[in-house]
Amino acid sequence: MIAYVIRRLIAAVLLIFVVSAVTFLIFFGVPRLGGASAEDLASRYVGKTAGEEQIKLAAERLGFTDPLWEQYGRFAKGLVAGADFDTGTEVDHCPAPCFGYSFITQNPVLPDLLDRLPVTVSLAAGAAILWLFGGVATGVLSALKRGSIFDRAAMGVALAGVSLPIFFTGLLALSIFSYTLEWTPPGGTNPVEQDNPWDWAAALILPWITLALLYAAQYARLTRAGMLETMGEDFIRTARAKGLPERRVVVKHGLRSALTPILTIFGLDLGLLLGGAILTETTFSLPGIGQYAVIAITNQDLPKVLGVTLVGATFIILANLIVDLLYAVVDPRVRTA
Amino acid sequence: MRVTAIAAGLAFAMSLSACGSGGGDDGDGGGGDNATPKYNAGVNNVFNPSDKKGGTLKFANDSDFDSLDPGDTYYGYSWNFVRNYARSLVTFKSAPGAKSNELVPDLAESLGKPSTDAKTWTYKLREGIKYEDGTPVKSEDVKYAIARSLDKDVLVNGPTYFNDFLDLKGYAGPYKDKDKTMKKFTAIETPDDRTLIFHLIKPFSGFDYLAMLPSTAPVPAAKDTGTKYKEHVISTGPYKFEKNELGKQFTMVRNDQYDPKTDPDTGRKALPDRIEVQLNVNQADIDQRLQSGALDVAISGVGVQAETRAKILNDPQLKQFADSADQARTWFTSFDNSVKPFDNIHCRKAVMYAVDKEGLLRAYGGSSGGQIATNMMPPLVPGSKKIDLYEAKDKPNGDIDKAKQELQECGQPNGFTTNISYRAEREAEKATAEALQQSLDKVGIKTELKAYPQSDYGKLYAGKKDFSTKNKLGLRVYGWGSDWPDGFGFLSQITDSRVIRDAGNTNFNVNDPEIDAMIDKALGELDEKAREPIWVDIDKKVMENAYYLPTVWARQLLYRPERLTNVFITDAYNMYDYTTLGVQ
Repeated sequence: MIAYVIRRLIAAVLLIFVVSAVTFLIFFGVPRLGGASAEDLASRYVGKTAGEEQIKLAAERLGFTDPLWEQYGRFAKGLVAGADFDTGTEVDHCPAPCFGYSFITQNPVLPDLLDRLPVTVSLAAGAAILWLFGGVATGVLSALKRGSIFDRAAMGVALAGVSLPIFFTGLLALSIFSYTLEWTPPGGTNPVEQDNPWDWAAALILPWITLALLYAAQYARLTRAGMLETMGEDFIRTARAKGLPERRVVVKHGLRSALTPILTIFGLDLGLLLGGAILTETTFSLPGIGQYAVIAITNQDLPKVLGVTLVGATFIILANLIVDLLYAVVDPRVRTA
Repeated sequence: MRVTAIAAGLAFAMSLSACGSGGGDDGDGGGGDNATPKYNAGVNNVFNPSDKKGGTLKFANDSDFDSLDPGDTYYGYSWNFVRNYARSLVTFKSAPGAKSNELVPDLAESLGKPSTDAKTWTYKLREGIKYEDGTPVKSEDVKYAIARSLDKDVLVNGPTYFNDFLDLKGYAGPYKDKDKTMKKFTAIETPDDRTLIFHLIKPFSGFDYLAMLPSTAPVPAAKDTGTKYKEHVISTGPYKFEKNELGKQFTMVRNDQYDPKTDPDTGRKALPDRIEVQLNVNQADIDQRLQSGALDVAISGVGVQAETRAKILNDPQLKQFADSADQARTWFTSFDNSVKPFDNIHCRKAVMYAVDKEGLLRAYGGSSGGQIATNMMPPLVPGSKKIDLYEAKDKPNGDIDKAKQELQECGQPNGFTTNISYRAEREAEKATAEALQQSLDKVGIKTELKAYPQSDYGKLYAGKKDFSTKNKLGLRVYGWGSDWPDGFGFLSQITDSRVIRDAGNTNFNVNDPEIDAMIDKALGELDEKAREPIWVDIDKKVMENAYYLPTVWARQLLYRPERLTNVFITDAYNMYDYTTLGVQ
């Protein structure tokens, strides 16, 4: 098992480097292939009054005139050993792992991402708990009460949850609960700057529910389908014939079997969200990684976009790894294999 | 009341997916005693006047400042806000409407004293002005601040006016000069701790406008951290930074070293004890928060979103808290004379006559988004005049006959084909391009629309000469706002051929020696009353030669929550004045 984990970790690191190379190529190579010159790339990092000579100097200073492999080599070296960047007035050191350096805001990317990570983790973790328990419980009950009013109502709500975009439900929730009833703080309240856990939760409750509503709907539908299929299997009939209590049949035998695909999706979803819940963070103006990504894309700050992509990829790879390990816990067949 | 608010919230959220249309500007409200909420009560008047100090003034920004460093900023709202923590040599008077166009001394004792040829300007600093740490401000610090702002490799965002007008003799700023005493920087003399003498390379009668730039706010050389200075600017204004989380938020508290006695002319009120500014906030949420009172000011000053604008103008309860603010900004379409057949003036004139001006106004939301522009210089610029050479008033939907006549003279009686570019992210510019396409189609001019990203529009696409020519961008949708309220502030960067470069252009099309000569004449004219007609003549010349097709003089809708005091729109910045606001 330990050898397996080590093997997977090494593969994960290699995968991150592959992702970094591909992402680097997309952001810095593809524009060049499309005909953009080194000066065109550099023009994003000079002011709007910059002249031709100034843009040319910036292209040289930022290294855009070097061959692409050399540029990536510098970036990869920065990941392992750190890098130095000339701001024009001083040399700014970006310690390893250097995920890039913004030429617009003149600072290393990783500290920004780490600074914003607690907000994203707070959002993703809380929402994940809500949607996992809420979605799975609803799905199980719907499957057990198939065709009932509860089942139909739950699936109707689930359909609505999947259909309604976050920027609609989020703004509506803010309008009602923050600005009309004044039960929750306004948008833009930074949860990690609150004085106590209660205020932290209050700042996040609307984003949690809004985000969880979207995901819970999918999980409820998925769980219901899985449970319906599992509960019709022979081993469930056998378990019942052996006289096991219904609760044990449902939870230990039925749900456990239906959980495997849900766990797979959960790992991917959570990993994706930890890389930034873009719509939720933007709608609620939460200063997390998702909002950072939007700002980076809007400003065409490529090193920042690259940094966010790498962090997102890292989370997805790690989440997948954890899910693979958890398979063994959930599904005895994997353990024996 | 709550039910109404919930319904309003629901309607608002639903309107996000709907296409907004501007409400009518019926021009009611405004004027009179100003403590009762009324539409346009903050236009040309101080709404809710008060001297009550205290409280927290809350701003939010849907994006971020280009920089908080006074020497590195070019956003209009930033120039408005920066006056809370940085004092420049002179500034605009904090007063409602056109009164705000008056320049008044701030750090300086008086406005600049020019030499007879307007090439040398002298300022004397007031006594008793200190930084937030209690050290006195010296003329050398102002000189250093301007010197550092010259280096556009380091401080990339600010304007280049000082680079263009000071007699620099090759000086490139203190970051590139190993001699930190600035001996080589002879364009500014500081014979004593309070006197500054500026030497210009050419006459500039409006030099006081340059003395207004935030880059004249003093920076102590010992405290300068280059690109990092934006993280903690040393304050000379009534507020100083308490906390500054770049990209997220910052807070300001009173600067106890600021002495109002040294600030008798500007009209700063400094009412709140604390200022909070949140950055990168969702614009839709900003609009909601303004209406609920959870926020005081949308700092970008560009007004509410189109959807919110329609909602506010159609609801009397909300409309009473709104102000319709005219802008010193013109939305226009530039010809590219290098793209045939626009090298022929008659082909350009055919377009001028053919366009449906009302249709173009609708692209910006109708009368709540502006008014039909007949010429380039907007009415808000002092001294400007309406010049209607292409029948915008009499035939606002276009004059097809005259357009066809011009096409005959141009040698293209059956029309021709060309491309129209616009900034992809801007809905109004897309609508403008579509309206142009429909109008021109009626006279046989077939067009194809080309969208380009706004961040690179000037540098890589429409504003790059060879790209525009190669891609036949005969018509390029764009806009221009005045750097300051006078002819030079509006027209120079879009009509002076000497600012044209290979890429990153602001002057898209005017390369006319006659206009250059007229600009030079205006620059040397110290008498304002004699100077203003020259700028009008330049505007007229631009229209006669059909270099640009002006479409809309901009207008926007600002919302002032109930608890705000001392609210008024300043013509100098075309938004609420950020140095006088208070909270109840």
